[in-house]
Amino acid sequence: MTTVLAATGVFSEQALTALVAGAILAGVPLMFAALGELVSQRAGVLNIGLEGMMLMGAYAGFVAAYHGGSEWLGFGAGMLAGAGVSLLMVLFCVRWGLDQIVTGIAITLTCEGATALIFESEFAESRPTLGATDKLAIAGLSDLPVVGGKGESNGSVFTQPLIVYLGLVLAVLVAWMLRRTHMGLNVRAAGDAPGALDAAGVSVFATRSWAVLFAGAMAGLGGAFLAIVSAGLFQDTIVGGRGFIAIVLAMLARSRPLWAVVGAMLFGASLSIADWAQVAQINISTDFVFMLPFLLVLVVLVLFGRRAYLPAALALPYERGSR
Amino acid sequence: MTETTAAVELREPPPREVTGGQAQLGRVSDFFLRSILPLVLALGTGAIILAAIGVDPIQYYKDVYSGGVQFAAWQDSLMRVAPLLLIAVGLIVAFRAGIWNLGMDGQFLLAAAVISGLGSRFEEHLPNTINLLLLSLIAGAVGAAWTIVPALLKARYELNEIITTLMMTFIGINLAQILVKGPFQDPTTTTPQTRAFDFTALLPSIPGTESTSRRWPGVHVGLLVAVAAAFVVWFLMSRTSLGLRLQVLGASMRSARHMGLDVPRLIIVAFLLSGFFVGLAAATEILGVKGYQRADWNPAFGLWVVPLVFLARLHAIGVIPYVVLLSLASIGGDYAAQNAGLTPQFTLLLVGLTLLFMALTEWIARRAAGGSYLPGVSYRRHRAERAG
Repeated sequence: MTTVLAATGVFSEQALTALVAGAILAGVPLMFAALGELVSQRAGVLNIGLEGMMLMGAYAGFVAAYHGGSEWLGFGAGMLAGAGVSLLMVLFCVRWGLDQIVTGIAITLTCEGATALIFESEFAESRPTLGATDKLAIAGLSDLPVVGGKGESNGSVFTQPLIVYLGLVLAVLVAWMLRRTHMGLNVRAAGDAPGALDAAGVSVFATRSWAVLFAGAMAGLGGAFLAIVSAGLFQDTIVGGRGFIAIVLAMLARSRPLWAVVGAMLFGASLSIADWAQVAQINISTDFVFMLPFLLVLVVLVLFGRRAYLPAALALPYERGSR
Repeated sequence: MTETTAAVELREPPPREVTGGQAQLGRVSDFFLRSILPLVLALGTGAIILAAIGVDPIQYYKDVYSGGVQFAAWQDSLMRVAPLLLIAVGLIVAFRAGIWNLGMDGQFLLAAAVISGLGSRFEEHLPNTINLLLLSLIAGAVGAAWTIVPALLKARYELNEIITTLMMTFIGINLAQILVKGPFQDPTTTTPQTRAFDFTALLPSIPGTESTSRRWPGVHVGLLVAVAAAFVVWFLMSRTSLGLRLQVLGASMRSARHMGLDVPRLIIVAFLLSGFFVGLAAATEILGVKGYQRADWNPAFGLWVVPLVFLARLHAIGVIPYVVLLSLASIGGDYAAQNAGLTPQFTLLLVGLTLLFMALTEWIARRAAGGSYLPGVSYRRHRAERAG
């Protein structure tokens, strides 16, 4: 992005395209993770281990894409790794009813240590990188200025890797599932009134377990996207707090998936604008741009303070027969 | 007749759900199971992982010991105790009151940035002792101030403090960087950092902690402050009315309301106290060890401390040995990892494993005893409260 800007000027078409592309690259991993977290929270499980699951996904995705030579292998491995880590959460928090916050922090710390350890022992000297991912240019639309992105190195709205479009479709599907289907009703009941769900003959454990596994897989996919598409490499700081940002986005979305997508993209945009402003020599601190989204949300909360909607049984384990 | 039976029943002690199990298990074995076993299991698993990647585990743990204790390393380890213990104490106040303050990294870093920036400016105008005291208080105040928004939002709108404290952490970390790169930037260098303190102007060291094998003056008095804070918080939580009210709040917000306690005020007090201690932790690290702050410096002590606080069952004095152990492991771990050609992140893996095993032994203990490791929190009561 820097070179493009330097060569063509700040308000050139290429520069603005790069701005949009940067926003998507930074926003998509957050979107996946937030989408998973949202479903998990809706089912009553607060998944603080998201950061660790993203890291595991990033590592597994990177290794699979590197050795297997295909980004799809990487995405699949990332999802598997994330879901695998979330099995711990299923066992500890859903099955045994242990504290979700303690378990989540434990998962994050363990994954941070584990990925750094394995990566160092495997790639300490080579530090490999991946090539660019294939992009799908949507016929017609990709010729538009700025949002088209045909032929640009990072594409734009209508020139993205297939996985980005699939992710958007998934967000719509999740929204529909939560609102309109029986399965969605079960998930919501598991978070709002697990006793009632149990009385209706649906297993709270199973519902919550699937929700947590979904969150793990999505976080893993987000991490894999980060390593394979956004960065093209793995390092132990690659996730860098994005898991926690996704948790906040999921909570702020008030359990509406499409808001999580908007939030993630907005956040990605602010990161992208920070880069853009720096090269444009606009005197604005990157740190300031980065904290702007949260600052805005807090100001809104303070001014129009209303109760954030959270499921009634969030972070509470379900124990059959107890009142 | 019926009336007397009722009276007799009333006089009988209520069923002791939590402590009844302890009688079965015995206090010693309970302590072992819940506070020692997780550590042993984590170290054991760590050894297996080390062996699997071809590192001699015994040599590794020996290196951790020698890197954390021998020569003058014990000074570093003891100095690391100060910030970790103060953060632990801050977390204990909040967690006991049932408040999940997860914004400690933001509180810590912002307090550190403010005092490392102001410190070198005050230096010329104030006597050193007053300067250090003033800066410590400012650090505490900044840490406390950074909890005000989450505190008010929780007190007034019952807004979940996990979201708000996490958001404040992101804002705090970035604000700290803005401060360090902007108004507090050392004009004599291009590195984004604050002007360093005069080496002699740092916190004085405790007499008798000097080492012959190094020129570092000794362990700074921040350690004593931290230990004193642990005792103060222990006293506050277990011997004062405020402590009792905070614990009632932590056990059940609804009960606290029914008892007529001023719940919003208690929430704010718990938050402010918690933030104050975290800010003080930053003061010991900046004024005692570093003397300046670089923009990219973020030790992220917060998550390290959480496991200890639970291992010590939220006991402010009980947490001290765990903090000493962690300090030793973090200082010695860097050395051992370097020797074994590993990443220093391995220590993080050990901390995470400890926490996982703690949860696991907790499950076993709970099946045997029925109590939780969160004092005053019984899951049943918690749920009944939400349902009601």
